[in-house]
Amino acid sequence: MKPSGEKPRLAVWKFSSCDGCQLTLLDCEDELLDIAEAVEIAYFLEATRSTRAGPYDVSLVEGSISTPHEVERIREIRRDSALLVTIGACATAGGIQALRNTLDHDALRASVYPSPQFIDALATSTPVADHVAVDFELRGCPIDKRQLLETLAALLKGRKPTIPDYSQCAECKLAGTACVMVAKGVPCLGPVTQGGCGNLCPKVGRGCYGCFGPKEGANTAALAAELAKLGADRRSIRDLFGGFTAGAPAFAEERRRHER
Amino acid sequence: MDPAVVIPPQGLDDLIGILDAQGYEVLGVRETDGALELGPVTAAADLPRGRIEAAEAGSVRLVDGPRAAFFDHTLPMQGLKRVVYPAQERLYTTGPDLVAAEEPVEAPPRAILGVRPCDLAALDTLTAVFEGGPFVDTRFRQRREALLLIAVNCMRPAATCFCASMDSGPRAERGFDLAIDELIQAGRHVLVVTAGSARGQEILEQLPGEPAEEADLRAAREGSRACAEAQQRRLDEGVEGLLKRSYDHPHWAAVAERCLSCANCTLVCPTCFCGTVEDRSSLDGAEAERWRRWDSCFTLDFSYLHGGAVRGETASRYRQWITHKLAHWHDQFGRSGCVGCGRCIGWCPVGIDITAEAAALAASEGRSELSGEEI
Ligand code: SF4
Ligand code: SF4
Ligand code: SF4
Ligand code: SF4
Ligand code: SF4
Repeated sequence: MKPSGEKPRLAVWKFSSCDGCQLTLLDCEDELLDIAEAVEIAYFLEATRSTRAGPYDVSLVEGSISTPHEVERIREIRRDSALLVTIGACATAGGIQALRNTLDHDALRASVYPSPQFIDALATSTPVADHVAVDFELRGCPIDKRQLLETLAALLKGRKPTIPDYSQCAECKLAGTACVMVAKGVPCLGPVTQGGCGNLCPKVGRGCYGCFGPKEGANTAALAAELAKLGADRRSIRDLFGGFTAGAPAFAEERRRHER
Repeated sequence: MDPAVVIPPQGLDDLIGILDAQGYEVLGVRETDGALELGPVTAAADLPRGRIEAAEAGSVRLVDGPRAAFFDHTLPMQGLKRVVYPAQERLYTTGPDLVAAEEPVEAPPRAILGVRPCDLAALDTLTAVFEGGPFVDTRFRQRREALLLIAVNCMRPAATCFCASMDSGPRAERGFDLAIDELIQAGRHVLVVTAGSARGQEILEQLPGEPAEEADLRAAREGSRACAEAQQRRLDEGVEGLLKRSYDHPHWAAVAERCLSCANCTLVCPTCFCGTVEDRSSLDGAEAERWRRWDSCFTLDFSYLHGGAVRGETASRYRQWITHKLAHWHDQFGRSGCVGCGRCIGWCPVGIDITAEAAALAASEGRSELSGEEI
């Protein structure tokens, strides 16, 4: 990816988000030295104040686009980055803050802030891919450390990251976790959610709440019908689809169907 | 083989003790977190005694059964497949020298207590897949050859079972080292143990018991017959031809309305063998690993060829699964890919039932023949 001797330059950016995905990078304790060895960390405010100007070989972008300023900033970063990888539910689906997309923004703003006139925000919180071209996305709230390392290792060597597109159910079955829906009747979004988290919720007997967002071809209507059969009312089905990836089109649509 | 032996229920502990002394890791069916799974057992008390599955399409709940039998339950969520064909395993590692070092196979001697006849048949099917062709999967073979199989004949089917119509149960005729029939009649609780191999015979001789009477053997066979009769589901014989004629059928779209393409059915199926191979590299690119993990024809990636996936629609994925299992498997391996264990029915989160879908296709074909219409 670079002439020999020169290390690829990595930048990590934050938009509207909680920092949890960037923390996943810092959480790579054992591998952090390897990362620092393999790349030059050119911009990563959560880790170091020293920054270098672009261009960058790989930019990791956390957070959704929710202010006019962010719209501008993501365009600049795109221009400065050879590869742009979005990380986490905010950057890939708009995050929990995308719940505002279906509400009256002015009223919402007034109900939260004493002086709403100083809040310069967009009416919507949207994924980065709605604004600029994205080369690869990593799902999750937060992202999974192994997936992040795999993606970096792959991109640094110019190969395609091995990130599966299967459902959370496949993770259950690979891990040997008994299905909480079938065995206990616990509502679970796993069948319509992309796997990759490491089977976190079902492994401890909880239903998946969809933080990795919709899997390809998510049949949310069929799952919602099954949840209703298990006794969930319309409101709780709506709320189940209104979590960290509420803004993802498949989930947003299922939520809308259960609005009333 | 020598005659069967009748042992008291406590004899199970003796059996586990003998297996342990012979160096086997003993695996049996255990109740963990509301479901049955295959796991280590050190005593008969580890078995889900008295428990049965209240199973139906999309629901498998464990409840108390009517009696304190050790084996009135049926199947763990996943069968022997996990043991002989791990869900994921490293195959090779390599370093800067580019010499591939094969990962050693973990294949300790394992005794499986309570293998149901359908799962024995499924192991036979997997063996045909992995060892029957010109290229033998030696990792599979080593693990399979390290197994000692103690079958239990079923006296009570779950509502999802249909082995009787697939000729794979509920009584094991072969393929086991020992087989057990559990009899509870008029206050008498015994296990009838039969050997099916020399290794099994050697263990049988160490068990504290009496030679079985003809009446016990008759009761055992009668129990199996009743179990077959009690089965509520079946697959009819013409299903292979039916599916081969149904490539373009509107029913696939109807199934796709309900199907989540979640892959659960394939990943609980004891004969689905598909896997994929993935390479991983270290951050500096100096080390690489090759892994194999289970895959499923319900994922989009599964049918990815140059330029895109062939089976983008759920309809085509469901058709692939049922047609491979029940029709094309015959061309490939000379048998059905289904042993009638019913796992795919119970563990499908929306309760899609392979027998019901086959019946729906058959029914619509009957109708179209009557009307003379192309469908
Ligand atoms: S627990 Fe949820 S994710 Fe796991 S198999 Fe069941 S429905 Fe799928
Ligand atoms: S048939 Fe059921 S288990 Fe199989 S992919 Fe469809 S919804 Fe999932
Ligand atoms: S297709 Fe279903 S019933 Fe047949 S062997 Fe597989 S899981 Fe069992
Ligand atoms: S049904 Fe699908 S997963 Fe199962 S063996 Fe056939 S292609 Fe593979
Ligand atoms: S399918 Fe047959 S052999 Fe298998 S558990 Fe059910 S009754 Fe027993």
